[in-house]
Amino acid sequence: MTATLLVALAVFGACAVETVEALTIVLAAGLTRGWRSALEGSALAVVVLAAVVAALGPALIHLVPIAVLRVVVGSLLLVLGLQWLRKAILRASGHKPKHDEDAIYQREVARLSGLPRPATGRDATGFVIAFKGVLLEGTEVVMIVLTLGLSSGRLEVAALGALAAVLVVGTVGALVARQLSEVPENALKLGVGLMLVTFGTFWAGEGVGVRWPGADLFLLGLLALYGVATWALVSYLGRESPRPEVLA
Amino acid sequence: MTAPRLLSAFGRFWWEFIVGDTPELALGVALVVLAAWGLAAAKVPIGAALLPVALLLLLTASLWRGRRPG
Repeated sequence: MTATLLVALAVFGACAVETVEALTIVLAAGLTRGWRSALEGSALAVVVLAAVVAALGPALIHLVPIAVLRVVVGSLLLVLGLQWLRKAILRASGHKPKHDEDAIYQREVARLSGLPRPATGRDATGFVIAFKGVLLEGTEVVMIVLTLGLSSGRLEVAALGALAAVLVVGTVGALVARQLSEVPENALKLGVGLMLVTFGTFWAGEGVGVRWPGADLFLLGLLALYGVATWALVSYLGRESPRPEVLA
Repeated sequence: MTAPRLLSAFGRFWWEFIVGDTPELALGVALVVLAAWGLAAAKVPIGAALLPVALLLLLTASLWRGRRPG
């Protein structure tokens, strides 16, 4: 139960962050190049990503021994999670500029508005920009869905968590398109980073033969340990940081 | 796009994705997990604290490298 809930939360959070970033690109492409091309490009990317999960998920479960899968998947989760956590800690403590979706959106709109448009039919630029944007941001989500879903034996929970995040963030984002910067992206990134590192430690450890006290419940202990360490690192680095900036 | 260029782009994408600008994290995780695996294979009991402590030290070192001096 603990693991299922944490898997769902981790995937939802990761997917929400990536959906915000993809949405920024899709909105810019839609407004400047036309909605039909942008939506078709996004839809095709979502289909490709879903096909990758559907094809790779069951194949990996049947072909790779679970202990090996857990070591590989746990290590991948650790690398991804530590990257997210590192970036979020540096941003929270003022050592790295914050991600500003509004500035990125304005820059994309200015860039795409300057490109020539076809007189009739589908706009290839809008289609490709939206397709690439969703595919690239979605690849990380696919990795997280596959790794968390396979290691926990709950691929359907992970896939549903991702779908829920796309629907929620996509709907809210489309309604309040101009307020993408209001999404607490860094806090989400920090939370997801903590959960990825927690799961990565747990499964990589199980794969190499660590016996965690309390089994699945130990996940909460790991999460608390990493949470306290993150808080301490943000506090310490925040004291010696220069003025925070915003990434434009 | 030719097959070698596609393969090269595919390899570059995954290199950026996994290694990116923090090679110390990718290398460090590989070393920590391999060391834990080696200890387990040699029948050395691995305590529950070993992996988390090693990973926190790795994160702290990487943050130290990434911080901007005040």
